[in-house]
Amino acid sequence: MTLSVRIIPCLDVTEGRVVKGVNFTNLLDAGDPVEMAALYGAEGADELTFLDISASSSGRETTLDVVRKTADQVFIPLTVGGGIRSVNDVNQLLRAGADKISINTAAIKRPELISEIAETFGSQVLVLSVDARRARTNSGFEVTTHGGRERAGLDAIEWVERACELGVGEILLNSMDADGTRAGYDIGMISAVRAVSSVPLIASGGAGTLQDFAAALDAGANALLAASVFHFGVHRISDIKTYLSEQGYSIRESALG
Amino acid sequence: MIAILDYGSGNLRSAARACETTGNEVVVTSDPNVALEAQGLVVPGVGAFAACMAGLLAVGGDEIIRKRKLLDRPTLGICVGMQILFSEGTESNGQGNHVTRGVGLWDGEVSKIKAEILPHMGWNTVRPEALSPLFSGVENESFYFVHSFAAKKAVGIRTAWTEYGETFVAAIEDGALTATQFHPEKSGAAGLVLMKNWANTL
Repeated sequence: MTLSVRIIPCLDVTEGRVVKGVNFTNLLDAGDPVEMAALYGAEGADELTFLDISASSSGRETTLDVVRKTADQVFIPLTVGGGIRSVNDVNQLLRAGADKISINTAAIKRPELISEIAETFGSQVLVLSVDARRARTNSGFEVTTHGGRERAGLDAIEWVERACELGVGEILLNSMDADGTRAGYDIGMISAVRAVSSVPLIASGGAGTLQDFAAALDAGANALLAASVFHFGVHRISDIKTYLSEQGYSIRESALG
Repeated sequence: MIAILDYGSGNLRSAARACETTGNEVVVTSDPNVALEAQGLVVPGVGAFAACMAGLLAVGGDEIIRKRKLLDRPTLGICVGMQILFSEGTESNGQGNHVTRGVGLWDGEVSKIKAEILPHMGWNTVRPEALSPLFSGVENESFYFVHSFAAKKAVGIRTAWTEYGETFVAAIEDGALTATQFHPEKSGAAGLVLMKNWANTL
């Protein structure tokens, strides 16, 4: 009995549509979120992540509706992130059917939000999303906000250590340098975060070849998140699982489809 | 009819939808009479043992679960909804370990898993006992777990096991009382088969 590596398609949602760009700009329309969630669920996704990148309140209401419709028909864990600022925001999303929520900017502005959410709903609902890039900080990695456009003035590794103390249950580590490039995950960044944390770690940003997924696991990731390689048909989830299984990693297979 | 006990814990929507796929009528309720009279009761639960137990006591859920056991009416506990059926849970609250009393239908302690990375989060396989009605048709499937505490001794009629750092209880079948440490409502097609297996006992 072994815990399987998780393959997690990420759906960036705005105004009820899935979009995907390169380095968080040049957004392309990629499809209907509920349909895509159901498709990825059927293809063997181990979890799904929605990132709500809409700025407007009508967009947020639409996202809640997408979460409800998805949770009603896809019976795998669903993480929702984007624009979450309060315990009440978390409550709304959990009630709509999210299993986990991810926070980023709001936690940087007010780190106590991490402990407030963890104390109310438990650490296991709380994913810390870290958008980081290489820079001249203590560790060589810094945190960015607003989709990588702004520096947060924080060393990424110090931030991860602090957030773990405050009670996050999982880390979603997104390399802003690699995001959307399909040039490979930032292996050095994954190793550095793994070294200071004892919660599950999701690698994100840069997945391209099948070897990239294995390299992230070897660096200490427990789960692999990708968007564009799935949306634009570069790899199917089953291709990645077959490859990882051949390489000796434990993956989830189901005889039930 | 299946009642989902609403005591301020858990993703009730997913639990309700998964129960609906069994073909039963489903209500989400904190009404003690509805929860007591339902053919099947699901006790979900996420978060901390102590917080869930406090929520359960606030709606009189402990008494409902005990009465249902005496009346031989099926109850399914999920995740922390399983853990609180034990006699106690130990959990660090920052000032050292403290013990919270559970409903106490099973004798035993729910304690922290010995593993380097916690929570135990993701899909793991399970070792059910032979001829388990609950796992009929899904004996070799994976199920979704998310927890840092677990029960480590066999209780009830049949115990299923899983392993992460150490071996611990994945599911219990004990007459009218059934429980899973994993989330069947989040375990895809395999989870829905398991829910159907449970619903067949109603």
